[in-house]
Amino acid sequence: MKKAIFLLNGKETPYRPGQTLLEATQAIGFHIPTLCHLKETTPTGACRICLVEITGARSLMAACSTPVAEGMEVFTETERVHNTRKLNVELLLASGKHDCLICEASGDCRLQELAYYYGIKELKFSQDEKFYPTDDENPFIIRDFSRCIRCGRCIQACNELVVNRAISYGYRGKDSKVVTGGDGPYTDSECVFCGQCVEVCPVGALTEKKAKGRARAWETNKIRTTCPYCGVGCQQWLHVKDGKITKVTAVEDGEPNMGRLCVKGRFGYDFIYSEERLKTPLIRENGNLREASWDEALDLVAGKFKEIIAAHGPDAIAGVSCARSINEDSYQMQKLFRAVIGTNNIDHCART
Amino acid sequence: MTNSFADFAKAKMIFVIGSNMTEAHPVAASLLKMAVIGGAELIVVDPRRTSLVDLANLHVPIKVGSDVAFLNGVMNVLITEDLYDKKYVESCTMGFEELKKKVLEYPPERAAAISGVSAEMIRDVARRLAAVHPAMLMYTLGITEHICGVNNVMSCANLQMLLGNVGFECGGVNPLRGQNNVQGACDMGALPNVFPGYQRVDNPQAREKFAAAWKVEKLPEKPGIMIPQMIEGLLDGKVKAFYVFGENLANTEPDIRHVEHCLSSAEFLVCQDIFPTETTRFAHVILPAAAWSENDGTFSSSERRVNRVRTVSAPPGEARPNWWIFKEIAKRMGHEWEANSAQEIWDNEVSQYAPSMAGIKYARLEKNGLQWPVPSLEHEGTSFLHKEGCFTCGLGVLAPIDWIPPAEVPDADYPLVLSTGRRLYHYHTRTQTGRSQGLNELLGEETADISEADAEKYGIEHGEMIAVKSRRGRVVVKANVTRQVPEGLVWMAFHFREGCANWLTNPAYDPITQTAEYKACAVAIEKLA
Ligand code: SF4
Ligand code: SF4
Ligand code: SF4
Ligand code: FES
Repeated sequence: MKKAIFLLNGKETPYRPGQTLLEATQAIGFHIPTLCHLKETTPTGACRICLVEITGARSLMAACSTPVAEGMEVFTETERVHNTRKLNVELLLASGKHDCLICEASGDCRLQELAYYYGIKELKFSQDEKFYPTDDENPFIIRDFSRCIRCGRCIQACNELVVNRAISYGYRGKDSKVVTGGDGPYTDSECVFCGQCVEVCPVGALTEKKAKGRARAWETNKIRTTCPYCGVGCQQWLHVKDGKITKVTAVEDGEPNMGRLCVKGRFGYDFIYSEERLKTPLIRENGNLREASWDEALDLVAGKFKEIIAAHGPDAIAGVSCARSINEDSYQMQKLFRAVIGTNNIDHCART
Repeated sequence: MTNSFADFAKAKMIFVIGSNMTEAHPVAASLLKMAVIGGAELIVVDPRRTSLVDLANLHVPIKVGSDVAFLNGVMNVLITEDLYDKKYVESCTMGFEELKKKVLEYPPERAAAISGVSAEMIRDVARRLAAVHPAMLMYTLGITEHICGVNNVMSCANLQMLLGNVGFECGGVNPLRGQNNVQGACDMGALPNVFPGYQRVDNPQAREKFAAAWKVEKLPEKPGIMIPQMIEGLLDGKVKAFYVFGENLANTEPDIRHVEHCLSSAEFLVCQDIFPTETTRFAHVILPAAAWSENDGTFSSSERRVNRVRTVSAPPGEARPNWWIFKEIAKRMGHEWEANSAQEIWDNEVSQYAPSMAGIKYARLEKNGLQWPVPSLEHEGTSFLHKEGCFTCGLGVLAPIDWIPPAEVPDADYPLVLSTGRRLYHYHTRTQTGRSQGLNELLGEETADISEADAEKYGIEHGEMIAVKSRRGRVVVKANVTRQVPEGLVWMAFHFREGCANWLTNPAYDPITQTAEYKACAVAIEKLA
């Protein structure tokens, strides 16, 4: 069989039939800028940033939604392409209030990056533009429509990545807007606060309330870890500034969640900073708990265990391990019971 | 799970029984829903109209606790209509004749009478399942939290083997594990009958091997007791010292009043935790522990994937890693343990002594982790078990199983069924989620979910405070009138101390696993004056 080939800037390039131009170029590591494209979802062709010139086609075509055809001649860096992309970036910038200086997304914004890359010289946002009011009636997500570029990524994510089907496009033309079922706040909708829309929003239209003002993107480092809640084992990035988690996002290509998180995994991280944490060993004395040193507490436990073993045998001691904690902790606990105390009376809530 | 989460998004036929995964395992549900909007067929078997039902081709509104009867009915149709996978059954399984004899006792009409699902729907389910191969079966605690939990699980396995679905990508029998590391705690041998890697304590070779590894003369051979017996043991004095690491038994075990009575009778109770809980109120010694993100380690997820957990900051105050605390107690009892970090424990001990994890070392876990079995350092991990129906232990066993009713069924005094589970915005007894800013705003109290029919019958308005009582206790809780719940059922969770379902639940257990019947007991509801 003949190998499938198309011409990318004059160079013979292989592709798999059915691939879009974007997929075929990504497969060989060639970069075409995108904005609205969201992996694993149906392309919408909304932003026109990925435009390319195809011989024989009258208008420029969106690489993210154009399938490759055999022998197709594609140019990605012509002057026409460059200028049109640049114009589109300018239009997007002018469509809303993109005052990066005070925007939560600054430093982590696709539009900001593109403006820089295409050498935009001047910002002209229309002063008279009427925006929809901001929705921040919920504990986690701020929806600021003045920064929304209507790329539709949030809608794609909600409907196709997490399939919660809480938001869609509402209204027409220049009034168009991302809406919930009754165009009410998230709290009055099907929204389950997974925050996937925030994760994929390329600009500052959707941001996290708990992270607001905590850190600029370039001030944090990211540590990969595993969610502490359910048995799915989602992979997370902990964004850390000065030793504290400022927000949690998903590892995009991490198994099994591939970029997704739920409300607990994304927003349920700050219990560790609670003032109620146990911070010192405690020993009960005359009915009340008092603070103790580790030595005192551990000696007491070991002493009492030895006493009970001597008087009643090792099977008079029983232990329950923790299904939330790390493997190594459970390993150590069962080893303590079996090898040191001498009993198999070790269990955990294996069944819940 | 025999299979992987990646399969959820690719499966062609999905059979979900006793799992409200949109709330308890939301990301797994998202993957599954992706398959469904991509054209996969979805059958949801659940007494409640859970939100997954909105996407399902078929909702099977089974009565609480009738799973075996229903599944036997489906298998009856598969056999009588000759729809099962004969080749697979012949070459990969044993016990078919016994199974056949048993399920022939459950014609659809009889299964229908027990399960409340029509005979026609039972036939429909069987035919749909037989039409697409492989079908993927998922279950959660709706299957296991019954006195017949083991039987329920075996019935699920029977069904999948009869259909020839075990041993293929997008097939298999897939329990979604509740907590992040239940799988791992089992793998590590925090169970009364097995060492790490499921090597049995009553096997002399296993004992010898671990005795040598742990440098002790001998190890106990008699399997130990499980949580319910431990708790009872506090009362009758068989258990003198009880060491509770991380679990909040005073809220999570059925019949809170009784559990607290037992805990308060303990001669010596040690609690090791990150927060004071309802359980630590009874402790004689409390040891403060490091939490998630305060030490390095690994979790093992439902898909048998060992994943890294990493340190962000040091634990507060004097709190210490749990593994360190156990090591220090061992030292004070005359045992010097070498390993001095989670990595040393894993690399030098766990992976040395558990053959199924022999190939897992921290250095190999930098990115996506590995799914055991990983028998060697070259092995890439195992995304699904029993490949092509070749069962690890020979042939798959088809077991004949009879239906039994729940331990407590409704009667004149307690005319309704209470079933319990988890809700989206909280986790267990809220020790973590209750202290994470924002989640309480989304769900701030427990409710008793009741049907519109029962609300009308008792004259109860949505949002009104009502009493729910069982033979064990009584709670006052807000009524949530919802279409999710069928007539005759009350549904509650155990996230809030006030109104916790476990004041009511029945301490009746599966004889083998000692899993409590959280999913079924009898209650009455009362309108408050
Ligand atoms: S938070 Fe999740 S459910 Fe809510 S709108 Fe965003 S993506 Fe959809
Ligand atoms: S809110 Fe963000 S993701 Fe959604 S359409 Fe607007 S800019 Fe795009
Ligand atoms: S993010 Fe949600 S689904 Fe994923 S492991 Fe955590 S709790 Fe489970
Ligand atoms: S990325 Fe192709 S149109 Fe937006």
